[in-house]
Amino acid sequence: MLSTPALVLAIMLFGLGLIGLLSRRNILYMLLSLEIMLNAAALAFIAGGARWGQVDGEIMFLFILTLAAAEVSVALGIVLQLSHRFRTLDADAFCEMRG
Amino acid sequence: MEVLFYIAAAVTVLATLRVITHVHPVHALLYLVVALIALALIFYLLGAQFAAALEIIIYGGAIMVLFIFVVMLLGPLAVEQERTWLTPSAWVGPSILALVLLGEVAYLIAAGDHPSMAVAEPKQKAVSIALFGPYIIGVELASMLLLPGLIGAYHLGRRLSKEAR
Repeated sequence: MLSTPALVLAIMLFGLGLIGLLSRRNILYMLLSLEIMLNAAALAFIAGGARWGQVDGEIMFLFILTLAAAEVSVALGIVLQLSHRFRTLDADAFCEMRG
Repeated sequence: MEVLFYIAAAVTVLATLRVITHVHPVHALLYLVVALIALALIFYLLGAQFAAALEIIIYGGAIMVLFIFVVMLLGPLAVEQERTWLTPSAWVGPSILALVLLGEVAYLIAAGDHPSMAVAEPKQKAVSIALFGPYIIGVELASMLLLPGLIGAYHLGRRLSKEAR
């Protein structure tokens, strides 16, 4: 069965995405890392669905796909706004709220 | 099957590593497209053909096109900049990884034994029935998510063009 190696691969991809999200300061790369993490979660769902022979995994994949499409369209709009206002994509520059 | 899976998994991890370590956005996007295609092959090997097709069409197609448009909008789009972004050497890495994937797909087609093909059609039927049966509330929630997403993207884009004028 390929389910266990698929789950290991999902963990590795999620870890890579998390490392990218935490280490990169360019907001575009942080978005790409988010995409990688979403893909890892989708892979875990597909692997689970294949392991148990159920259709729920693929249905969850469809929902994740919808979520990613909505998230990317809004987030890229925000990226355009930020680059337009601050003239940079450095996440540390967006510190107006002193967070 | 096992060997194909491990090769595709290695391609995915390598491409993802290059995504998070690259400096040029366009190069990182090239590698991410390769990673998504490799992931689609893994979905196929796991027996989720429809998910594999959607991964390529929506992730590799639509979402990556969005990213590329935004990268192009961010910087001044000049011929000179494109020349520095897309040097011939930038294509080498993604091309090699994509060729590995192409070899795998060619092997899958040439081998001719599609063990998962026989069960594909009834499985798709079961997925559709479950999607519009017990999961109908999820479909409604997804539509309720997509509409605010559309309005939000429109709003954010519209204010930008007004300020630019």
